[in-house]
Amino acid sequence: MILKKDPLNLIIAGVGGQGNILASQIVATAGIKEGLYVTVGETYGASQRGGPVMSHVRFSAREQCGPLIPEGEADIIVGLEPIEALRIIGDYGNPKTRVIVSPRPIYPIWVLSGQAKYPPVEEVLQRLGELVAEVRVVEAIKEGETGLAANVVIVGALAGSRMLPIEIKNFEESIREIFSPKDVELNLKAFRKGVELSGGKARIPATSKIRKRK
Amino acid sequence: MGILELNHPGKTVLMMGDEAIARGAIEAGVDFCASYPGTPATEIPESLARVADRFNIYAEWSTNEIVAFEAATAASLAGLRALVAMKQNGVNVCSDFLMTINLSGTNGGLVLVAADDPSAISSSNEQDSRSYARYADLPLLEPADFQEAKDMTKWAFEVSEKLGLPCIIRSVTRLSHSRGNVKLGELPEKKRTAKFEGVYISGAFVAAQHAALHQKLEQAREDFEASRFNFYVGPRRAKFIIVTSGSGWLYSRESVAALGLEGKVGILKIGTTWPLPEKYIVDHLKNVTEILVIEEVDPFLEQNLKILLAEQAKTLGPIEVYGAKSGHRPPYGEMNQDKVAQALASIKGLKTRARDEKYVEKAKELLLSYIPIRMPTFCTGCPHRASLWAIKSALKLDGRDGFVTGDIGCYSLGAGPAGYFQLKTIQCMGAGIGLANGFGKLDRFGFNQPVIAVCGDSTFYHAAIPALINARVNNSNVLMVVLDNGGTAMTGFQPHPGSGCDALGRPAPTVEIEQICKGIGVEVRVRDPFEISQAVQDIYDMLQENGPRVMVFRRRCFRIEAKEKLQKKYYVDQAKCIGDDCGCARFCSRVFNCPGIIWDQKAQKAKIDEVVCTGCGVCATLCPRGAIIVRGAAS
Repeated sequence: MILKKDPLNLIIAGVGGQGNILASQIVATAGIKEGLYVTVGETYGASQRGGPVMSHVRFSAREQCGPLIPEGEADIIVGLEPIEALRIIGDYGNPKTRVIVSPRPIYPIWVLSGQAKYPPVEEVLQRLGELVAEVRVVEAIKEGETGLAANVVIVGALAGSRMLPIEIKNFEESIREIFSPKDVELNLKAFRKGVELSGGKARIPATSKIRKRK
Repeated sequence: MGILELNHPGKTVLMMGDEAIARGAIEAGVDFCASYPGTPATEIPESLARVADRFNIYAEWSTNEIVAFEAATAASLAGLRALVAMKQNGVNVCSDFLMTINLSGTNGGLVLVAADDPSAISSSNEQDSRSYARYADLPLLEPADFQEAKDMTKWAFEVSEKLGLPCIIRSVTRLSHSRGNVKLGELPEKKRTAKFEGVYISGAFVAAQHAALHQKLEQAREDFEASRFNFYVGPRRAKFIIVTSGSGWLYSRESVAALGLEGKVGILKIGTTWPLPEKYIVDHLKNVTEILVIEEVDPFLEQNLKILLAEQAKTLGPIEVYGAKSGHRPPYGEMNQDKVAQALASIKGLKTRARDEKYVEKAKELLLSYIPIRMPTFCTGCPHRASLWAIKSALKLDGRDGFVTGDIGCYSLGAGPAGYFQLKTIQCMGAGIGLANGFGKLDRFGFNQPVIAVCGDSTFYHAAIPALINARVNNSNVLMVVLDNGGTAMTGFQPHPGSGCDALGRPAPTVEIEQICKGIGVEVRVRDPFEISQAVQDIYDMLQENGPRVMVFRRRCFRIEAKEKLQKKYYVDQAKCIGDDCGCARFCSRVFNCPGIIWDQKAQKAKIDEVVCTGCGVCATLCPRGAIIVRGAAS
């Protein structure tokens, strides 16, 4: 296999507790099934506790890549939380970067305590749109929902977007492998919901696209 | 079936570095694994424990690293293959044993995995454990990718067995906690039985043993000359080469390619970094005039290479060495491709691929002024938030400028806004109570501040007991607060002596903290920290007493509690919440600082964030209006 861009660099960004690591594991396992070299660099430990968490996932048809993406070299950013997607741009974004993002905020404690302000989500998405080639907003969590498996919904949206050269069936196989049998169905359902939301399979455009302004 | 058990030699799977190390041990037929959890090493023993029954492995979580290492060594002395894995700080804990078992020697393959944490992503230091190999005259291997993590671990058992010495493997966070391609090898048939024979005494003939140790190390050097984990890629007769080890290999290869230097710059990758394969290295330096050394943290490879160059100066002539000493690579923090490319470019007078300046400026401006900082905090439902709130309130009531000495665990976050900045010292495991011991004896010098040492339950068993005994016999004025959440939470809730289960989840006897305290003879109380007002009262009362005292704040880690049973759901009754008119200063969201409660801008009242709230209910006991209400059992 030859990749149009090699290595292809993906960052999954979110907040500790959102299931970032699991999301990267699903994507990476699917990449291996596709016959690629995949490297995942993850941030663990202290950042697990409500801090920002990001996973670097790198795909290559040629060789094993290092676990960290060089500055400015993210091709795709998946944001499980809006300001966390925007936070990545400073170090890793470029004008060709494409972004898939869940608009549901999780408030940092300094916002709760009043020492910092969380900007309006619409504005955050606008700012993102000004800096990257494409922003796809995926409403993985509806008002009143608890966000269970929201990470897998977003992975579904990524799969459905076809930004990665990986077949949907390989994602589904990796979900079957990674989750314990009792959780497989729930997560497959979440994944397929994401695929639909991305417009990859069904035509329901619950996804709004903010194209880069000229 | 998990990937660790897969019997498909040749199949490629995605493995975390730690899993690859565990798989390598399985392929070597490991019999025994003892460890104490520590990031980034935890997943090695955890993986082995998961398949312990399938491969007839004995796996345990030990009380601390030295006990783990000694237990694993016993298996080696009985002719079995054994592994012990630990984070870098753990090597310090077991170093006393390391500095003597090297002399008396081992029998069955014994592998010590030291997982370092460059940039201290989850640590209180970023020490480079490789120096222990040189210090203790032991063989050292550094895997550079996921495949090597597996293959080198398997080989390490052979190295150890042949030499009769423990073999050290140095991993780093970006290997241990990264994932990549691993081609599986064969699963062995295990046939070993345990039998102890011979004598292993360090101390009777130390100088002779030390001489023999140096001979063994020379043997290791010879064996390493032919290791496939040392290799060279690049042009023949390159004048400029990178010499690298461990994580530096992938970064170096990528940087050379990114700068288009494949035809000019070679890379000599060394997997056996102590003792160095000197002939092999010298053979690759015949035409070389410049070397850039790339490795993580200390200039370990760099310094040892420089000694070799000095010894071989007549043969090799002058060679310029770039690295940490020359300022081309920082001897601190983790490496990455950008740092290596920067070093290469500055030496070669090249430009690295530059980002558009205006773009970067615009994006970074957002980071500075627009995007709120996200500090790590205690999980929603975490008992530590309540415990530290109680401590903070009691110290304030007491009014004598009391303070808290901290320790290692989730509650270390108490040094920041999560724990209201209460912890004033943090060093190594057990240091909180150790320091408090000394503070508690300063009264004759005019010291009258009360001292509270906080200590996790796992840390208590690991390192705090000798200091508590010391406080008792010297009658030190210290209040120790054990934050008992039922397991080793920071690393993923591994069991400890108080948990009542073993590494495989089977029932095990418990050693109770309060029984130990009673045995030592100190006053001990136990309290649920969610009973906050009583908790504050207790701490306040105990602060008024002299001598050593212990309070055990006991409540299970909520991450585990929430997994085991359905939790209640809470909501804010906005008819009862009167917002800023209350006078509580938005206590629930702003002061108590739980991320599960947010401020509803529209209503100007508090609101539960359903995505974040885990339903612990502590806020309901704190709201002065009683506006936080249980919705009933979760659906």
